Amino acid sequence: MEHFLGYFNLAAAFFVIISMVMMLGRLMGGPTLYDRLLAVNSFGTKTILFLCVFCFVIDRPDGVDIALLYALMNFIATIAVLKFFNYKNLGVSLLQEQMEEDS
Amino acid sequence: MISLLLAAASAAEPSAALNIDWLGLLRTALACLSILAGLFFVLAGTLGVLRLPDFYTRLHAAGMTDTLGAELILLGLIIQSGFTQMSLKLLLVAFFLLLTSPTATHAIAYAAHKAGLEPKLGKYKAPSVDGDGS
Repeated sequence: MEHFLGYFNLAAAFFVIISMVMMLGRLMGGPTLYDRLLAVNSFGTKTILFLCVFCFVIDRPDGVDIALLYALMNFIATIAVLKFFNYKNLGVSLLQEQMEEDS
Repeated sequence: MISLLLAAASAAEPSAALNIDWLGLLRTALACLSILAGLFFVLAGTLGVLRLPDFYTRLHAAGMTDTLGAELILLGLIIQSGFTQMSLKLLLVAFFLLLTSPTATHAIAYAAHKAGLEPKLGKYKAPSVDGDGS
């Protein structure tokens, strides 16, 4: 039973890697910036999945901590890149922008 | 399923012939089913991101299926690990993914809409081999 689950997890990690490689195609050839951002976000989600499955394969529970960290960093990175390409600046205050729109 | 039964039988063979660990078998079967369903959704979402014609449709494929697929795979891993510290960490990962993945998808869609990216309207025409099938 244990051997079966080990091989099953290894196969699952392999299919997640296949999915990551397929997502790289959209990352390289996306027509717009937002396609690339979508591909990066999805790639990050699959990286989290790969880390979680792979630390079951090698039977070391440390990888889940890294996956947890990666989940938070992925979200922050997506939001930061979106804000940068919207305002061409990371230091702009959103409150100030709203006040300018209102006046 | 047959390989599962064989594995359970071979694991229980040294003690007694009929002493099959039914709870462990059920747990393994549930975990394998959940992980298989999650892998199906993840691969379908990736194929949709590669194949669909428009940015918003690609966003739909990636956002919907990635959330469900990731949750299903993490659920399968939680069932595998049982009540341990690892399953608590996996539950935290699943919670943060459930919180951040739709938010990021919404943020990308809103930014693209605000930047003036138009969705493709009209009847869908499959990309031809010799033309530029965008």
